[in-house]
Amino acid sequence: MRRDVVITGLGTLTATGTGIDPFWQAAVDGQSALARIEAFDPSGLDAQIAGEVRDFKVNAIVPKSYRKATKVMARDIELAVGATDCAVRDAGLVTPGTDPDGERTYDGSRCGVNIGAGLIAADLDELTRAMATSFDDQNAFDIHAWGEKGMQSLTPLWLLKYLPNMLACHVTIIHDAQGPSNTITCGEASSGLSIGESMRVIQRDAADMCFCGGAESKINPMAFYRQMVTGRLTTTSNDTPAGAVKPFATDAAGTVIGEGGGILVAEAAETATKRSARIYAKLLGYGAGHTVHPNANGLEPDPAGRGIAAAIRAAIKDANVSPDDIDLIIPFASAIPAYDQAEAAALGAVFGDRLKDIPLWSSKPYVGNCGAGAGGMDMAIAAKCLAEQTIPSRINCDSAIESLNATTAASTSASLNHVLVCSSSLGGQNSAVVLSKA
Amino acid sequence: MIQADRKRVVVTGMGCVTPLGHEVEQVWQRLLAGDCGIGPIDHFDASTFPTTFAAQVKEDYDWRNFAKHPERHEHIERNTGFALGAARQAWGMSGLDDRNELDRDRVGIYLGSGEGILDFENYVGCGAAGWDTDNRKIDAIKWAAAAKEKLTLWREVEQEANMCLNHLATELEVYGPAYNCLTACAASTQAIGEAVEILRRGDADVMVSGGAHTMIHPFGLTGFNRLTALSTRNDDSLHASRPFNRTRDGFVLGEGAGIVILETLDHAIERGATILAEITGYGSSADAFRITDMHSEGRGPRNAMQYAIANAGRTPDDVHYISAHGTSTEENDKIESKAIGDLFGKCANGVPPISSVKSMIGHLIAAAGSVEAIVCILAIRDGIVPPTINLNESDPNCPHDYVPNEARKIPVEVCLSNSFGFGGQNNTLIIERFVK
Repeated sequence: MRRDVVITGLGTLTATGTGIDPFWQAAVDGQSALARIEAFDPSGLDAQIAGEVRDFKVNAIVPKSYRKATKVMARDIELAVGATDCAVRDAGLVTPGTDPDGERTYDGSRCGVNIGAGLIAADLDELTRAMATSFDDQNAFDIHAWGEKGMQSLTPLWLLKYLPNMLACHVTIIHDAQGPSNTITCGEASSGLSIGESMRVIQRDAADMCFCGGAESKINPMAFYRQMVTGRLTTTSNDTPAGAVKPFATDAAGTVIGEGGGILVAEAAETATKRSARIYAKLLGYGAGHTVHPNANGLEPDPAGRGIAAAIRAAIKDANVSPDDIDLIIPFASAIPAYDQAEAAALGAVFGDRLKDIPLWSSKPYVGNCGAGAGGMDMAIAAKCLAEQTIPSRINCDSAIESLNATTAASTSASLNHVLVCSSSLGGQNSAVVLSKA
Repeated sequence: MIQADRKRVVVTGMGCVTPLGHEVEQVWQRLLAGDCGIGPIDHFDASTFPTTFAAQVKEDYDWRNFAKHPERHEHIERNTGFALGAARQAWGMSGLDDRNELDRDRVGIYLGSGEGILDFENYVGCGAAGWDTDNRKIDAIKWAAAAKEKLTLWREVEQEANMCLNHLATELEVYGPAYNCLTACAASTQAIGEAVEILRRGDADVMVSGGAHTMIHPFGLTGFNRLTALSTRNDDSLHASRPFNRTRDGFVLGEGAGIVILETLDHAIERGATILAEITGYGSSADAFRITDMHSEGRGPRNAMQYAIANAGRTPDDVHYISAHGTSTEENDKIESKAIGDLFGKCANGVPPISSVKSMIGHLIAAAGSVEAIVCILAIRDGIVPPTINLNESDPNCPHDYVPNEARKIPVEVCLSNSFGFGGQNNTLIIERFVK
């Protein structure tokens, strides 16, 4: 008998604000948080809007004794630390991170940390400031000067800011979590896979609790450009950010980049019950699969969505339910037309005629495509949907492709027993998780 | 910790690309001979860097000699090229292509591969073009104009850390569960451990696992030099990687890939596969101590080893050989030795022989553990363990038997392989001779 796994803490840090409450409220109210980029001047780029996390200071939430370490945190790491802080507090846990003098409410040796991450771009100002020491008369970079002296102007711990595993590592230290720890780097599928694998870690009794999900920020010139050059971003809505992302709409024109973190506290049902924790939902089933790209480039998905369907079928089977039991789907739904088409094909293959009756909800119009953080945010909303028995508002879709049940609709109460959450990466990894009512 | 219904997992194929060669048997013979793959860096001009040498995969390696669908990989980065060669070797050895009815939805991939290399010249060019000398910061508009001119789609996309995985799935045409983890220097050991867990629980029949990485590029070398983690023995680079030696002064960057084909025992037997070894234990832990240092008691490494041994249903007494993380840094070798001593010190036969092949091929970073797992499989097969070379000055903090300088014939049934990542993620595997 494998152990039951439940969700006891929701931690999101998004353009809507800090914590699950503002995110849920925005989703219920139908209020997009996308806006023109403020972190840098985007005028030189074709896409100029994003879902930025504002007014978040990592120093305000780490214990005093750990403030020095925030100097070696890239923004991705800060967001992971922030979202985890939200999740841990939401779960009612007392950790050395939330209260250094408090009495612990969990066993650190039985607590794992699996936080998905993206490719972290070096801070351009910081690195170029150092490189500028080695520009010659022609403004060209002189690698001899760099090797000899220039590199010395970088802080000694520079590299540690950008290793993707540092999201998880800082969290293990802050909350003294000494159990299994992993860093999955599969683009937008990272946090879906991390949450699924955390469920497995708990099921196989390698830990009682995991802080799991992901975080990422691509809102800096380099990482943002890297997304723009793929042609996945909408460039036609710079003046209308709130309406920019149109998942499954016939007039979808691409996605918008967001930043943030989505972290859950996943816990064995028995330890959650023992400490009388609030249970939002159950993690019931999980599956993963790979898209094999017909043109092999990794940018166009397989139009039939075979790898996506494989992941969904595996999750439904693992949950021991049937496709008929799924009441709500939170798909990847990025509004990149080729991806939406592939996902629609996969959903059609699994759900058949019933698909047109299942509501599809997407977070992307609200907070953007938050990369490695996206799946964790979606999972947090799914848990909230089950706890509140509510489907939040759907926006920006006047007419849906394939007659999907994705068109604009106000928030509504609904009887929800099972919610399916999917994610798909640029690069082909897919995850699917079935959550059920607590 | 052992779930009664878990499936047994065996190895049916392996392949590697390393600084000592591009094929398993050749690499193995050279490791046993104590050869060293280190030389001056020639991927770029590192002549003025604090460290000027590394263990590089040699110029005659060409992934096109291995890939069956080279047209699918036109734009790949160096690490993906290593992975394709290693994966094709492993896949070929496994004989899975001869099986017409292979269910490709049930074949997955779990890699611990690194990111691709930054488009250095153009990145630097954009920095120069966008640099606002007066305000000492980047002018984002000027930078973007330069980027549009210089930074191209494929050089950017192929840097993502899931691209190696994407290309292997596309090359082998497999649709099952697919992951890449990047837990620094522990990544490919973790990947193999997690792949084992996926097979044990029945989520796939076959997993392709391992890793590929290179950080032998200007900012990689810069980063490690700034951390003062690398050896700077520039006048004697062949002897620079000296794990457990009192005069060690840091690790030596290596590059390459190791890939293994893992399979449930049932699946392997049913198709009549040749079984190379069984993976029986996996342990993962976090130091939860500091980003910059290991816990002085080595609690994370000790926990990972303990979990893996228990997960295999073994005790420390059962282990015949330890493939150490053994990086040749002052800190790792001391603390790993302490953790091993604490765990194995009371064994009836004492601490088992330990060695580090990093002394010969350098540190393959994310890919290191995958090649070291292959070393364990070969040690079991041939009853011989590779040496730790350059070990001639003993360190009181490293008091064990590290198989100095010469390979040793010993019966090996059970191996333990360690990998520890910067930041404190620790992973250990138990690899055993397959016995029905």
